[in-house]
Order: sequence, then C-alpha cells, then structure tokens
Amino acid sequence: MTRAAATESPLGRRVLIGIGMVFLALFLALPLVVVFVQAFAKGWPMFLDAITEPDARAAIRLTLLVAAISVPLNCVFGVVASWAITKFEFRGKSLLISLIDLPFSVSPVVAGLIFVLMFGAQGWFGQWLIAHNWKVIFAVPGIVLATVFVTFPFVAREIIPLMAEQGRDDEEAAVSLGESGWQTFWHVTLPNIRWGLLYGVLLCNARAMGEFGAVSVVSGHIRGLTNTMPLHVEILYNEYDFVGAFAVASLLASLALVTLVLKSLLEWRFGYHQARSAH
Amino acid sequence: MAERASVGKHRSARRSVIPGFGLTMGLTVAWLCLIVLIPLSTIFLRAAGLGWDGFVAVGLSPRALSAYRLSFGTAFLAAMVNAVFGLLIAWILARYEFPGKKLVDAAVDLPFALPTAVAGIALVSLYAENGWIGSMLAPLGIRVAYTPLGVVVALIFIGLPFIVRSVQPVLADLGADVEEAAATLGATRWQTFSRVILPAIAPALLTGFALAFARGVGEYGSVIFIAGNMPYKSEIAPLLIVTQLEQFDYPGATAIACVMLVASFSMLLLVNMLQAWRAKRSAK
Repeated sequence: MTRAAATESPLGRRVLIGIGMVFLALFLALPLVVVFVQAFAKGWPMFLDAITEPDARAAIRLTLLVAAISVPLNCVFGVVASWAITKFEFRGKSLLISLIDLPFSVSPVVAGLIFVLMFGAQGWFGQWLIAHNWKVIFAVPGIVLATVFVTFPFVAREIIPLMAEQGRDDEEAAVSLGESGWQTFWHVTLPNIRWGLLYGVLLCNARAMGEFGAVSVVSGHIRGLTNTMPLHVEILYNEYDFVGAFAVASLLASLALVTLVLKSLLEWRFGYHQARSAH
Repeated sequence: MAERASVGKHRSARRSVIPGFGLTMGLTVAWLCLIVLIPLSTIFLRAAGLGWDGFVAVGLSPRALSAYRLSFGTAFLAAMVNAVFGLLIAWILARYEFPGKKLVDAAVDLPFALPTAVAGIALVSLYAENGWIGSMLAPLGIRVAYTPLGVVVALIFIGLPFIVRSVQPVLADLGADVEEAAATLGATRWQTFSRVILPAIAPALLTGFALAFARGVGEYGSVIFIAGNMPYKSEIAPLLIVTQLEQFDYPGATAIACVMLVASFSMLLLVNMLQAWRAKRSAK
C-alpha cells in the first residue's frame, strides 16, 4: 500500500469511517436486527407456532419447490449460454449478452404481468388453457415461470466473464487429444468454472426464494396452495399478525445471511471475485 | 428461424475446433425467446392494440402521471443520497484499514440478498411512529412511514450496493501515483479529490447511479409496506399496475407497464453506453 503524501489525516479518516458506519448501521443493520427482535417479541413458543402452522409449512414447501425447479433450469441455461458465447465467435454477441441481462431491468410487477397477459383468462393462451383444464396463472406453473424470468441472468452473468477470461486453450487441447464435447465439458470446463457456477447459483437461489413482486402478480395468494414465503409474510402482516409475519420473515432473513456468508467465503477462499474485479 | 439462419452463416466463419456451437446457440436463443422475449413482447403488442388515444387515456392519465412522478422522483432522490454515501463507503472500503472491515464489506450486499418483502416490513416497523427511528423523528414533526419520504428510505436501502459495488473496484485500482503527484504540485486533498479522483471514477459512479435509479423505479416489495399507497400521493407506478390488475383492468395495467418498460430500456441503453465509455477510457 502506497499512501505517502496522498491521504487523509488520521482524524479525517476516522470521521469518514464514522459517517459510513452510522449510515450502514441505520440503513442495513437496524432493518436486519428489527426482523429478529420482532420475530421473538412474544418468545420462542409463539415463534415456533408461527413457522410450523400448516399455512406457513405449505408456504415453505412451495418456496423450496419453486427454487428447486427454477434454479437448476437457469443453471443449465447459464452454462449453455456461456459455452455458446465464450467458445465461439459470432456477430451480435454483445446484443445477445444484453438480451440475457434484460430481466434485470424489468420491474418485478411487469415480469408478473407479462405471464398474466400470456396465460391469464384474458391472455393469448387463456381460452386454450381453460379448454384443456390447465392452470398456469394463480397456480404453481405461473409462479415458476415468473421466478425463472426474474432469476434468468444470474448464473449466466457470473460465468460468462469467467469463461471468457479462461479462454479456449484447455478445451481445444482436450478436443485435439480426442475427447468428445461432453467429455471436454465434464473434465475440463466444469472443474474450471465450478466456484463461479456455485457463486451464481447462490445468488440465483436467494432471489428465487425471496422474489415478491413478480410472484405476487401471478400467484392469486391462495393460502396453503399458491402462497410462497414472501407472500405469506405479506398476508400475515396485512392481518396485523406481526409476530407471525416477522417469524417467517426471519427465516428469509436467515437465508439472506447464509447466502452472504457463503458468498464471502467463496470470495475469500477462492479469490473468485478478486480475479474478476482486477480487470 | 433466425437462429438457424445465423448458425448456418457463421458455421464456415468460425475457426474453433470445439464442438457444440449449433446445440448451445440454438438452446440459448430458444430459451431466451420462450422465457424473456416472447413474454415481454406481449406488453408492446397489447399496448399497440389500444390505439394511440386509448394508450394515452390510460397510460398517461392524471393518476398514472402522478405515480410516475413519485416513482421517478423518489428513485432519483434515493440514488442521489446513495451516490454520496455509497461513494463514501466505497472509499472507506477501498482505501482504509479498520477492524471489522471484511464484515462491513460483506454486509454491503445485504440488500441484494434480503427478500424485498422482508426489507419492507422491517423498514416500516422501524419508521412507523411507534418504531425505533420513527418515535425519535415524530417529536421533530418528521413523518417517514406512509409518506413519499418512506419510499425514498426504502429505495436508499435497495440501491446502496449498486453504487458501492460499481465504484469500489475502480477506487481500489486507481494508482496512488497521480494523487501523490497532485499533492507534490501543491494541491490540497480536496482539490486532488475533486479534480483528479472524481473525474476518474465519474463513469463508474454514473453507472452505479443509473443502476440504482433503474432498480428504484421498478421496485415494489420493499416500497409498498412503507408507502401509504394513496392514489395521487404515495402510490408508486408498479403498485398502480397491481391495482389495475386486481380490478381486471388489463389495458390500464398494460399501458402503464409499457411506459415503464420503455423507461427501463432507455436506462439500460444509457448504462451500456456508460460502460462502453468506461471501457474506452480504461483502454487509453
């Protein structure tokens, strides 16, 4: 570290650090703390009741189910897209990357709305779905679709830069030594990108389990059937069941904390993020 | 169809010995169309079906206009606040050593990881008049919860990591030699900051600002609990879409969604241009 002539006085530094910490305490730490304080405001038994009652259990199950479908789908898509984008040259590559990132800039509510316009009763396929007695909107398939949409870019955007950085030499060597495309992928590419992939899956999963706006539009809020955990939090809160709302919210907050810890571990242990931000 | 044509055209051009171009490219484009492009196109097709007068009547109605004003105004304010404090936090993290720095660094990403509904109910319970912060502000006559100010608070929470994570790597990479040169030439620390450092990080700061702003405009979950959701006063545009949907007013919801999509795509274009500018600069 070179900071000879060009740095702040020790006092100036302390003041800046102080202001930063106060801001973070107010805007990040307090909201997190208040979730757990409110969840346990009436003690352990109430907390346990709130997270084990049948509707809460159904919400937890649905959230896990939706994540278990949408995360692997986007994981496979991310790897496939990264392979196409980084191993070959073609025109329109940067356009393709921008299109993959598109869901990030769409409001969650609009993300839900587009599936209502396609599969809702007044939607493009609405009458056809009704005729065949299939439900997409106000049912689990709609929730999965909306979740896949909002988490679409997560894995791809983590491994595209990683694979681009690693280049094609390893794969080209493996192929010229007679390995098939699949063997090359399993033996060469996957080991190279595994930490980046894990990183993307982690972020994808956090968003999939926590998504609110998009899922809220397509779910119909049917208790025990189409309520995910974040939607269950909303319903309980609007019914003034604050302990219940914060108890379920504290589970989601714990998920966020676990995500942050694993993410930091990946960054520290494997130097994953540093390798990229160095560019 | 389009992807098959492009595969054929480029098959001869590419020189890679690695197999799987047709398969991976075909799957990528097909999945992208099915999940993202075709569903998004419904908004524009439906909006076009309204006709210009019909579109203006619902998409630019007084209630919709005041919702846009609130959404864009509060997102802008929150991004401004975050530009100042996010820059400060990025500066601390990139330049100083202090106890607990790694923890703070990890904590900055909390808004990315915390589900928005959880953030929403946490913020409203803090800023309500009987909450920890709200009860301190109430004697001063400041009401945060259920006012547009509450929307700003929620959007500050949501937007902070965008600024920090955009600026931090650039600050860390910025060599000390230019700053030392400026100091040797007699510049005060503030002059060095405003004339040397700030111009160097401006593209990154603007990118972070645009990302935080774009996210804030579309944000729903963390805002609806703390906003009062009163039409014309504290009703954000995404909430208006939900309200229209609940009344089965599909044209209304579509028109507002269309306006928001155009706005967010413009922001996306701006961010891409900013990043191209950054890339050009760092290449020099």
